[in-house]
Amino acid sequence: MSAGGLWRLPARALAEAVRSGRCTPLEAVSSGWEGPAAAWERDVHAVAHADPEARAAGAAAVAGHPEGRPLAGVPVVVKDNLCTLDLPTTCCSRLLAGYHAPYDATVVSRLRAAGAVVVAKSNMDEFAMGSSTERSCYGPTRNPWDLERVPGGSSGGSAAAVAYGLAPLALGSDTGGSVRQPAAFCGVLGLKPTYGRMSRYGLVAFASSLDQVGLFARHVGDLAVAYAALAGPDPRDATSRPGPAPDVGGWDAGVEGLAFGWPANLWREGVDAEVVEGLEEAAARLERAGARRVPLEMPSGEAALAAYYLVATAEASSNLARFDGVRYGARAGDGDVRALQARTRSEGFGEEVQRRILLGTYALSKGYYDEYYLTAQRARTRVRREHEAAFARCDFLLGPVAPTPPFRLGEKLEDPLAMYLSDLFTLGANLAGIPGLSVPVGTTRAGLPRAAQLLGPDDAEPVLLRAARAVEVGGERARLGRTHETEAAWPSKR
Amino acid sequence: MAIPPEEVRRVAALARLEIPEDRLGRLARELSAVLEYAAVLRRLDLAGCEPSAFAPGGAPPRADEPAGGLAREDALAMAPEAGEGFFLVPPFVEDLEP
Repeated sequence: MSAGGLWRLPARALAEAVRSGRCTPLEAVSSGWEGPAAAWERDVHAVAHADPEARAAGAAAVAGHPEGRPLAGVPVVVKDNLCTLDLPTTCCSRLLAGYHAPYDATVVSRLRAAGAVVVAKSNMDEFAMGSSTERSCYGPTRNPWDLERVPGGSSGGSAAAVAYGLAPLALGSDTGGSVRQPAAFCGVLGLKPTYGRMSRYGLVAFASSLDQVGLFARHVGDLAVAYAALAGPDPRDATSRPGPAPDVGGWDAGVEGLAFGWPANLWREGVDAEVVEGLEEAAARLERAGARRVPLEMPSGEAALAAYYLVATAEASSNLARFDGVRYGARAGDGDVRALQARTRSEGFGEEVQRRILLGTYALSKGYYDEYYLTAQRARTRVRREHEAAFARCDFLLGPVAPTPPFRLGEKLEDPLAMYLSDLFTLGANLAGIPGLSVPVGTTRAGLPRAAQLLGPDDAEPVLLRAARAVEVGGERARLGRTHETEAAWPSKR
Repeated sequence: MAIPPEEVRRVAALARLEIPEDRLGRLARELSAVLEYAAVLRRLDLAGCEPSAFAPGGAPPRADEPAGGLAREDALAMAPEAGEGFFLVPPFVEDLEP
């Protein structure tokens, strides 16, 4: 096998090539770095940290015994808020510049046990707070489909890296849509599992009751293999769901007999017409594959959005209190401890992180707690019930991921509320704790990725993967034609 | 509801953040805009909706039992300042006899 084409392979095929000895782990692991991807990285800037020696050491660890490892020699990009022993973990914040974690996150150690090699830490919005990957202390990531546009966020580096071919798999984190929305913007698959299915041990906490580690891939089968390798209980995460994770081995079993909810009231206004065309296309593919459409109404996401931004910022203000210039990270200023803490945090945190800490501190402060935080927690219960009511009538819901195709760099940077609104359709799943999957559905007339979101009840990952597969098969030509089958058909760089 | 700039200053002190005077006004407007949006929650019928701190319907957390932690030297390795097995901070108790 020519090492030159390895970077295009799905993770499963690459692992099989390594296991059967058709290529070495080092060739597989380096394939993205040595192919055309290397040139793309200069323009896209998906990577925050990488180290060729760590790559080589990872490949060497697999070389002795690749057999039986589902991800043998597969390069994986990991978001910079997941702890790794061999690469820095900075959450793309000045406050954590140069920080090396003293342990691997559980999902990272499970990746390594499965034979995968972490080849890069990806760029992200600082502490995962953002929807565009413009708020990284290392500068923005650009969308590989159009370099003037954002890749989405906050896991934009992971999504872009998978889209342009640095690796077939990536890890991100999804607190309000931070895996699904960048997946949609970059034309790849993005899965947010059921809350508690992926260990959060070693994920730098943003909002602990909402955070969930998620996966990016270009193929549904790759998502299934990665999910099977990583999901499941972890005694180190108190919120980990007990019992084995659902079996996703049947991801190619089809959707015959399944019913999908079609809450068309959600996109009657305020959603881009081409996004809606993508939804119609996804629904048509599901119906051709034997699924049944169930028209239903869902409450608009406005109350959920309000509840989300109060709960998420309140938890963030508490979680980020640990960055005080004492135990790790940067330290600024001298004088008394209080002044040192304030100077460290003010110089270390970026604008958006400070804004969210202030909002959360306000919502938790005396006199406002009942009005804001407690009300938001009650609204959260309502959001969960609304989803339960919908799932009594269907196996999964189909809807938009984001209200628009990828927007331009700088377009929403000056208006925090406008940026928050791009999470309108994704954050309900985090409040309810349910799984969600973003699946590509061709492109807009301007050549930008379109996507649909699939939402299911707790532990519905197997159903969501089957549905995504049905959408993927129907659209294989469109999707692969523009991205990964031939270099000539790649999105043009502007 | 509109937050006055001095309220932002008060909350910033609670959060251990130094906000320059010339940013207080703008931050007050931005936070007010989000809280005005959040007023939508007041119009919501929340009868019978108990507050949920974690994903409702999720499994209860596992028992919180003591287990091994980081070795002391690993915990101190990334500290801005450490010595003799401790994190070091500037003195914050005055006139303390050694």
